[in-house]
Amino acid sequence: MSGTVGKSEKRVDAFDKVTGRARYTDDLCPKDALVAKVLHSTIANGVVKKIDTSAAEQIEGVVKIVTCFDVPQYKFPTAGHPWSTDPHHQDVADRLLLTSRVRFYGDDVAAVVAENEVAAAQALRAIRVEYEEYPFVLDAEKAMEPGAPQLHENYPNNILAHTSIVKGDYEAAIQEPGLIRVEGWYDTPTVQHCHIENHICFAEMEGGRIVITSSTQIPHIVRRIVGQALGIPWGNVRVIKPYIGGGFGNKQDALYEPLCAYLTTQVGGRRVKLDVSREETFVSNRVRHAIRTHIISYVRPDGTFAARKMECFSNQGAYASHGHGIAAKGMGAFPQLYPCDNVQCDAYTVFTNRPVAGAMRGYGIPQAMFAGESHIEDVARALNMDPLQFRRKNMMPVGYVDGFSKNENYFDSLNQCIEKGMEYLDYERKMAEYAKETGPVRHGVGMAIFWYNTAVWPISLESSSCRMVLNQDGSIQLQMGETEIGQGADTAFAQMAAETLGIPFRNVHVVSAQDTDITPFGLGAYASRQTYIGGFAIKQTALMMKERILKYAYELTRMAPFEMDIVEGNIIRKNDGRVLMSLGELATEALYSLSHSEHITAESTYQIKTNAYSFGCSFAEVEVDIPLCKVKLLNIVNVHDCGRLINPALAEAQVHGGMSMAIGYGLSEQLLFDEKTGKPLNNNLLDYKLSTMMDHPDIAARFVENYEPTSAYGTKALGEPPACPGAPAIRNAILNATGVAINCAPITPHVLFARFKEEGLL
Amino acid sequence: MYDIKALYEAESVAHATELLLAHPEAKVIAGGSDVLIQMREGRLAGATLVSIYGLDELRGVTMEADGTIRIGSLTSFSHITKSPIIEEHIRVLGEAVDMVGGPQIRNIGTIGGNTCNGVTSADSASTLVAYDAIVELTGAEGKRLVPIREFYIKAGKVDLRPGEIETAILIPRESYEGCKGHYIKYAMRNAMDIATCGCSANVKLSADKKTIERARLAYGVAGPVPMRAPSAEAAANGKPISAETVEAFAKAALDDVNPRTSWRATKEFRLHLVEELARRALSEAIRLSGGEL
Repeated sequence: MSGTVGKSEKRVDAFDKVTGRARYTDDLCPKDALVAKVLHSTIANGVVKKIDTSAAEQIEGVVKIVTCFDVPQYKFPTAGHPWSTDPHHQDVADRLLLTSRVRFYGDDVAAVVAENEVAAAQALRAIRVEYEEYPFVLDAEKAMEPGAPQLHENYPNNILAHTSIVKGDYEAAIQEPGLIRVEGWYDTPTVQHCHIENHICFAEMEGGRIVITSSTQIPHIVRRIVGQALGIPWGNVRVIKPYIGGGFGNKQDALYEPLCAYLTTQVGGRRVKLDVSREETFVSNRVRHAIRTHIISYVRPDGTFAARKMECFSNQGAYASHGHGIAAKGMGAFPQLYPCDNVQCDAYTVFTNRPVAGAMRGYGIPQAMFAGESHIEDVARALNMDPLQFRRKNMMPVGYVDGFSKNENYFDSLNQCIEKGMEYLDYERKMAEYAKETGPVRHGVGMAIFWYNTAVWPISLESSSCRMVLNQDGSIQLQMGETEIGQGADTAFAQMAAETLGIPFRNVHVVSAQDTDITPFGLGAYASRQTYIGGFAIKQTALMMKERILKYAYELTRMAPFEMDIVEGNIIRKNDGRVLMSLGELATEALYSLSHSEHITAESTYQIKTNAYSFGCSFAEVEVDIPLCKVKLLNIVNVHDCGRLINPALAEAQVHGGMSMAIGYGLSEQLLFDEKTGKPLNNNLLDYKLSTMMDHPDIAARFVENYEPTSAYGTKALGEPPACPGAPAIRNAILNATGVAINCAPITPHVLFARFKEEGLL
Repeated sequence: MYDIKALYEAESVAHATELLLAHPEAKVIAGGSDVLIQMREGRLAGATLVSIYGLDELRGVTMEADGTIRIGSLTSFSHITKSPIIEEHIRVLGEAVDMVGGPQIRNIGTIGGNTCNGVTSADSASTLVAYDAIVELTGAEGKRLVPIREFYIKAGKVDLRPGEIETAILIPRESYEGCKGHYIKYAMRNAMDIATCGCSANVKLSADKKTIERARLAYGVAGPVPMRAPSAEAAANGKPISAETVEAFAKAALDDVNPRTSWRATKEFRLHLVEELARRALSEAIRLSGGEL
């Protein structure tokens, strides 16, 4: 064992990234590429009657204009899910490359290919589109009402899906005498991922095939979707994924790769680049589902639940994308985090004329935790119980097993995380001290716990493939279908490979870019799956590799393979620890041997049929200036049990990033729409209030490390969980500071002004 | 890549005037932090530009013989903040422009651009209005001095005649002498934002620090252009320093403003801010001046 797992090794890409040497999609695109730009609809619902491109075609530098009337009519799904060979489990195929049936303000109706950006932009402005406008609907519940505008055929009342969870008998259970009823409606906003690199791709033809370089999280899935969208064999598509500047789930969809692939076929295979602007990213990529949640709890005076009901309405926007998966995941957390004998849950995912909602860090759990953990705080208040004690009394106990996923709560993670969070914030002392405040500026502490799981089994396929190739010097190349998207996956993969193979960390060369022609098949970065899922394929492949090396070592040393091991890059004899030869000597001999030449490699696929809970909490401290209607976040800490930390420094960075997103989610971020036109109002980084460094206190990450027994390296989800508990912790801190419960995120000064007036504080 | 039809670089103020008269459709570009954004958005696509960015004679903060503070129109926000003259005599202006955007914008953005844009939310505007700044304009007929309150005509429109450029902002000695001010930028986040409401107050106290000799108050985003609050000032001028005076001042400010409801904020909320910020800005200005509340 080289002992690299568990160390804060430097990122394998650190120096390239900080010096600017690392190459991203735009860096790789030759400057002579044609430039494509998309014309977006300026109505929220309706049909395109006519498009006049004549003036645009006259503009110097315009090469080709295609409209919704020109493109192939293969409907395709865009969600970055593994394909299902069972038609009932396939994603909804409701997209076309360009559409004449416009379903949101910003839908794609035409595209221009030009010699340069200026000509392309001029052409967009010169295209005249004639629409027939339909009434539109932006709100999920209104979209379900009779007579609401219908977005898609076959989805009456715009309901994409409705699923339920029923346990016990809610109606009977609420008859129990002496119960206290607590009810609340909780709203979460439409937000966007705001990764630093907007989606960008370029496509060209080579040998009759289409080669796409794209800023994506899911190259192998994009290959399939491009094949589907263009109606061509999937093998005729090659997708290359270089370094990307973040994704957070937005790039877990096929975005403009299918259109860009089509455009290159329309200009004789010349290279076409489609670089999406920030304004387009907000509207014409994906957003997080706004979800409205209604919760009713019946509690006994002793603080136990008799019955609970939850219904949620998830705003899908105009197309299915990841669809009901988000609301369903959120609903799934509800009966698990606080088990109760009588539960009734209903989740609706509803089409509206808003931008398309897809995957975003947390996949339904940030919404579910805002609702659920706000409600739990409200219930504790109604009972006059300490909110922490109330949680501890009711939250998932050790030994709990979920019947569907077979996930087991092996450890007392939640309590252990809570202990650390309380200690960090000095929670109890501050809670008591702040309760005495009465002035215009008040302080409060609050917290929230969260439920999460790891990867997508058993809802979907989980598999990972890995390839290792031995070099003459004893180093290896490591290739994974799972992708580096800024989270540090390559570094964690290298640490795991080095650990199992017995070679130094620096001797693992990760081939970071995926190329679907040469990279082993993998599903990509999503569902906080990389370390857990990739770990299995790495361990299995490294063990195969080791076996092959030791078998070859037998030929050179005559020692039995099972009496040898690889330690620190040397072949050793286990019995006495003697170094027999270096791995480099072995590899050189193996390649150039005149008697037995062998290129030692290993490649394997591992299908994962387990899942793992990943729990934790957030504690926040705020200062509320009531007359100014402003919240200052003074302190925030997240505590996670994500199993064994592969790389503590990277884990901490991952948590910091997620917490920053949670701060914006709780306090400032929200995509707004004009009620009269459906037009997005603030789709830019000035008007969309992404929180800045100046809005953050020092943010702290703490860990509890319980070795995950189902995992190849003892690890489990950490990518998304950090984004889940922050917003409700802040909400609860504001409640404890002011006594005012705010049931919608983000808690902006506008919201505080209205609520403080209502409550008589202003 | 910007859609620029033509770019003319002025070599002197007189040359800038010539260029602007020769190309009446042209837009003046200085730091570019507003113009380039509008070009990218398409609003100014295909524009002809006259750049005055190279005119170093318009940079810097100086004090004239009569004590007038002269801020060259091309002086960047960060240079204003760091100017010893500003720090000593009108620190509040340095603080106000230090709240513009982020560090990069403050390094490139100029006070001339900030005022000539005619936007009510400009962070320099309310303080300049509160200090009775004078805008120096230079054109074919020479220099013209316009009080900043008259310079703003309506949203996005200032009193710039064909061929004219703003060459300086002047702050007379009697305006800043013995006077301390405080600016509050109320925005949705603590950086990279535009004001929901900007409020700048300054006071000159009596020698015994008991009486407000002169109070001045101005707002951004409380109306279509930056505006003074004469009723509030009248409620405080000559009054003793007291909680009652501050309260009367804040309440009176409501008579002076005319904010509107937009998706960025409701009128009701803006009015609430107008009053609350007046209270806080005046109290702080009094404190800075050595008064006690």
